[in-house]
Amino acid sequence: MSEIIQTDAVIVGAGPVGLFAVFELGLLDIKAHLIDILPKIGGQCAELYPEKPIYDIPGYPIVTGQGLVDALTKQIQPFHPTFHLGEMVERVETLGAPEKPLFRIATDAGTTIEAKVVVIAAGGGSFQPKRPPTPGVEAYEGKSVFYSVRKIEHFRGRRVLIAGGGDSALDWALNLHPVASRVTLVHRRDEFRAAPHSVNAMRALVAEKKMDLVIAQLAGLKGADGQLSAVTLRGADQATFDVECDDLLAFYGLTMKLGPVAEWGLNLHENLIPVDTATFETSTPGVFAIGDIITYPGKLKLILSGFHEGALAAQKAHRYVYPDKKLLFQYTTSSTNLQRKLGVS
Amino acid sequence: MTKVTFIDVSGVSRTVEAQVGATVMETALRNSVPGIEAECGGACACATCHVYVADEWTETVGKPSQMEEDMLDFAAEVRPNSRLSCQIKVTEALDGLVVSTPAKQG
Repeated sequence: MSEIIQTDAVIVGAGPVGLFAVFELGLLDIKAHLIDILPKIGGQCAELYPEKPIYDIPGYPIVTGQGLVDALTKQIQPFHPTFHLGEMVERVETLGAPEKPLFRIATDAGTTIEAKVVVIAAGGGSFQPKRPPTPGVEAYEGKSVFYSVRKIEHFRGRRVLIAGGGDSALDWALNLHPVASRVTLVHRRDEFRAAPHSVNAMRALVAEKKMDLVIAQLAGLKGADGQLSAVTLRGADQATFDVECDDLLAFYGLTMKLGPVAEWGLNLHENLIPVDTATFETSTPGVFAIGDIITYPGKLKLILSGFHEGALAAQKAHRYVYPDKKLLFQYTTSSTNLQRKLGVS
Repeated sequence: MTKVTFIDVSGVSRTVEAQVGATVMETALRNSVPGIEAECGGACACATCHVYVADEWTETVGKPSQMEEDMLDFAAEVRPNSRLSCQIKVTEALDGLVVSTPAKQG
C-alpha cells in the first residue's frame, strides 16, 4: 500500500466551486488536496464549455468557462493546493468521532489521503464514459466491451472494433493496429473530429488495407458469457450487417453520473445531497457539500451560489481543523494577517 | 403564438407554445416535455437534446453546423433529419414545427 497523505481538507471536484473552496479554506489556514476524475482542472467549465461565455459571475461582465478556471487557479495559487487529477474517489471512510472527525479517502488510482474534513464539490457527479445505447451492452463490459484502454496487452491478437470519430477513437485505432490482429474503425459519417494527422494516418492504413473503416452506427451486439463474437451495424441506407470481432472499444464522449458519492453513507434526496444552509454540512459531521450537487430550499445551481456555500462551509470546517482556535472574521481588504497569507502584504 | 409539436417515441404528441428567439430545447424544458435532457444546459456540448425533425420541416429548419454535427457523433441512432434542439432557434417561420424525440438521449 502506498503512503497515506495527511492533510486538513480533501475537496472532491476541481470545478469552479471546488477551486474557490481552496481559497476560502486557505484564508482560514486549512490546507487542501483536490481530487477530480477529469485529467484537467475546471470541471464542467473546462470540459463542456471552455469557449462559451458566462455572464453572471460577479465582477466579470463576460468570461469564458476556461477564462474563469484560469482566473480561479491564479487566485488560489497562494494556498498551494495539491491536485490529484484523473482519479475517482471510490471510498470515504469515517475514522474519527463526530466531534473530532477524521476521514480516509481512497481513489481508484491508489491514492489514500487522511483529512479532518471533506468538501464534496462534485457538481453533476463524475464525468464517465457514455455507454452506447445498445441493448445488453452491460453484460460485455470489462470483458470485451471497453470505454478506455487500461491494458494494451488484452488486445494482442484480437479483432478489435473501435467506434467513434474523435481523438480517442483515432489514437487507439492507430496504437492498437500493430497489436491487434485486425482493427476496424466504425464511425457514423466519413468526417472525423480527430486531429488531421491521425485521420490521415488512419486513411493511409485503410488504403493499404491494413485497417478497415466502416461508416455505420452500432445497432446490436452478439456473443455469449460476456464475450463478443460480432457487432451488428446499421449503415447509412439503414440496412444492418454484422462485423465479427472479439472486442469493442466505444468512444461516445462523457456523461455525468453521480457515481460512488451514492455509496459514501450520506443522506441523499433525488441524487442530491441535502445540507444545513448555515454550515453546508451534510448528514455526516465533517463532510461538507457545496455547488450543484447539493439541495436546500431555494437552491440555485449557479457558480456564484457555490462560491457563497464554500465560504460558509470553511467557517464550520475551521472548528474541526482547529478546535482550540477562535475564528476572527476578517476582510482581505484590511487584514494584514489575511494579506500575509495571500502573499500581498 | 408560435407552436411546436413534440412527438415522443411511443407516438404521444404534445403541442406547446414557443417563444420566438428561444431554442426548441428551451421550449421543451419550459413546457415539461419529456424526452429532452439537455444535460449541458444548451452549450452544444452533450448531445442529450437530440430530436428528429419531421420530413416536411427539414428544409426550413436547415442543416446542423459543423460543431453540432461533431456533437451528434455522441448521440444514438443519428439519422439524416437529426438535430440538437438547443441549436434550433424558434422563428415565426417555424410556427407549427414538428419534431420527434428519440428512444434514449445520450
